[in-house]
Amino acid sequence: MIDRETVLNVAKLSKLELTEEEVEVFSKQLGDILRFIEKLNELNTEDVEPFYELINQATPLREDTPKESLSQEEALRNAPQKEDGFFVVPRVVG
Amino acid sequence: MELWKKSLKEISELINSKEIKPSEVVEAFIRRTEEVEPKINSYITFLGEKALEDARKKDEELVKKENRGKLFGIPIAIKDNIITKDIKTTCASKILENFIPPYNATVIERLEKEDFILTGKTNLDEFAMGSSTENSAFFTTKNPWDLERVPGGSSGGSAASVSAGLVPVALGSDTGGSIRQPASFCGVVGFKPTYGRVSRYGLVAFASSLDQIGTFSRSVEDTAILMNVISGKDEKDSTSSDREVPDFTNFIGKDIKGIKIGIPKEFFPETLDKEIKEIILNSAKQLEKEGAELVEISLPTSKYSIEAYYIIAPSEASSNLARYDGVRYGYRAEDYKDLEEMYSKTRDRGFGAEVKRRIMLGTYALSSGYYDAYYLKAQKVRALIYLEFMEAFKKVDLILTPTTPDVAFKIGEKTDNPIEMYLSDIFTVSVNMAGLPAISIPAGFKNSLPVGLQLIGKPFDEGTVLQVADRFEKINNYNLKFPNL
Repeated sequence: MIDRETVLNVAKLSKLELTEEEVEVFSKQLGDILRFIEKLNELNTEDVEPFYELINQATPLREDTPKESLSQEEALRNAPQKEDGFFVVPRVVG
Repeated sequence: MELWKKSLKEISELINSKEIKPSEVVEAFIRRTEEVEPKINSYITFLGEKALEDARKKDEELVKKENRGKLFGIPIAIKDNIITKDIKTTCASKILENFIPPYNATVIERLEKEDFILTGKTNLDEFAMGSSTENSAFFTTKNPWDLERVPGGSSGGSAASVSAGLVPVALGSDTGGSIRQPASFCGVVGFKPTYGRVSRYGLVAFASSLDQIGTFSRSVEDTAILMNVISGKDEKDSTSSDREVPDFTNFIGKDIKGIKIGIPKEFFPETLDKEIKEIILNSAKQLEKEGAELVEISLPTSKYSIEAYYIIAPSEASSNLARYDGVRYGYRAEDYKDLEEMYSKTRDRGFGAEVKRRIMLGTYALSSGYYDAYYLKAQKVRALIYLEFMEAFKKVDLILTPTTPDVAFKIGEKTDNPIEMYLSDIFTVSVNMAGLPAISIPAGFKNSLPVGLQLIGKPFDEGTVLQVADRFEKINNYNLKFPNL
């Protein structure tokens, strides 16, 4: 089990408004999964480099040349709400 | 033999010798689909009409055009997390239910260049998170060998479509076993190439350091043909490799004398099902008879791969899925009082339970104060798993294991227990952790359900994997068996 407060805090960070039922289910299931994951502590990893550093390659670079991209119309095609070529969201500033 | 039972290669030969037309091919597969698809539900979007239109155009080209593509007139199904221009791509999620991509994934561009015919978009677990297609927001695909069982996942729709003969080949994606596990459950060939071999541009991101596009087919040779088309550097994916791509069909039909095959004892634990163990070890003996040398090896850290995976994959997923906010595309909740509530209601209603579980888990693992204990620890364990594989590959050319601990399970059997579900990928996950190429090929049956054999290769040595898999296939011919539908 992980406590209710932690579940609510993680949900807030995840931008998920959980139902009461979900809060209960997740506090049990996430607790179980975290306990399951703790098995990793059996392994000594003191002097081990993390994988992403081990295989790290230099970030590939390319010439900064403009190329064709999506038109405004195409880019907005899937927007749930749009107006005059913009995405519409609820008012953020008062 | 019916047309729908033929391989990509056979169909291709029939078209190129002008014995049949592309429209006859597509018609045959549409008829087969109309007959059996209602029983298995492998497609989210079936494009029969469009495929037939395409095929009719190709009928004309067949007469006029000299330089036809390598996949001219070949019907191919695509997992619905690989984006297709102007064709709905849902990821089996409510949040993308009506999403129509304005561009193509690189693999789609490459298939188009070779004149393939798209038959439709196949079902999956939502955002490829799952092992059974039961996490699809729309419906569960059925296993063609037993309609009460899952086809495996997450690429269950693609696996089932190839197994049932709806298409000769299909594309899928594999993050922890999502091609190999369903291939094993459905009795087809499933191939996950080396990380970086195939561009991920246009594959909807789940866990970017593990995701890889791969293939389903009913013969290893067809896998080689498809791999020739989809492999290679893409400037739109900076993690794609610029290593030279060999002609993979050169590895077909070769003998396997002197190839050293490692048998890792940790993949054959006491608890492993007796019949599965027997089938897989007998397969190894068959390869030995063909001239391969069997070597016992040990991969002790691999048993921690599921645990490390369930930190790394959800962490990357929690970051990748932050983009679904109801602003630029996808579902948006109807009622909200401000921006914050719009985000949180959209995401709660748009995502299914497993996706939310993983976002929560990943957010927790990456949150302040827990990063070192979880994410960093998992990345160090991942390094150990990788190094152990590399050490083993100093002694052997290939590693042989079962693909899954058991055959396909029943629909509903594991849905209440996430950890049980996660453990069905225990033999496949370590391969993604190390970024290696691996195949699952049919190796026999247990209670009339297919059993898969996994062969794991060195990084970018897909060739040896295909070579041995092809030899094995030609001794046994399990690939010529079809489910009774």
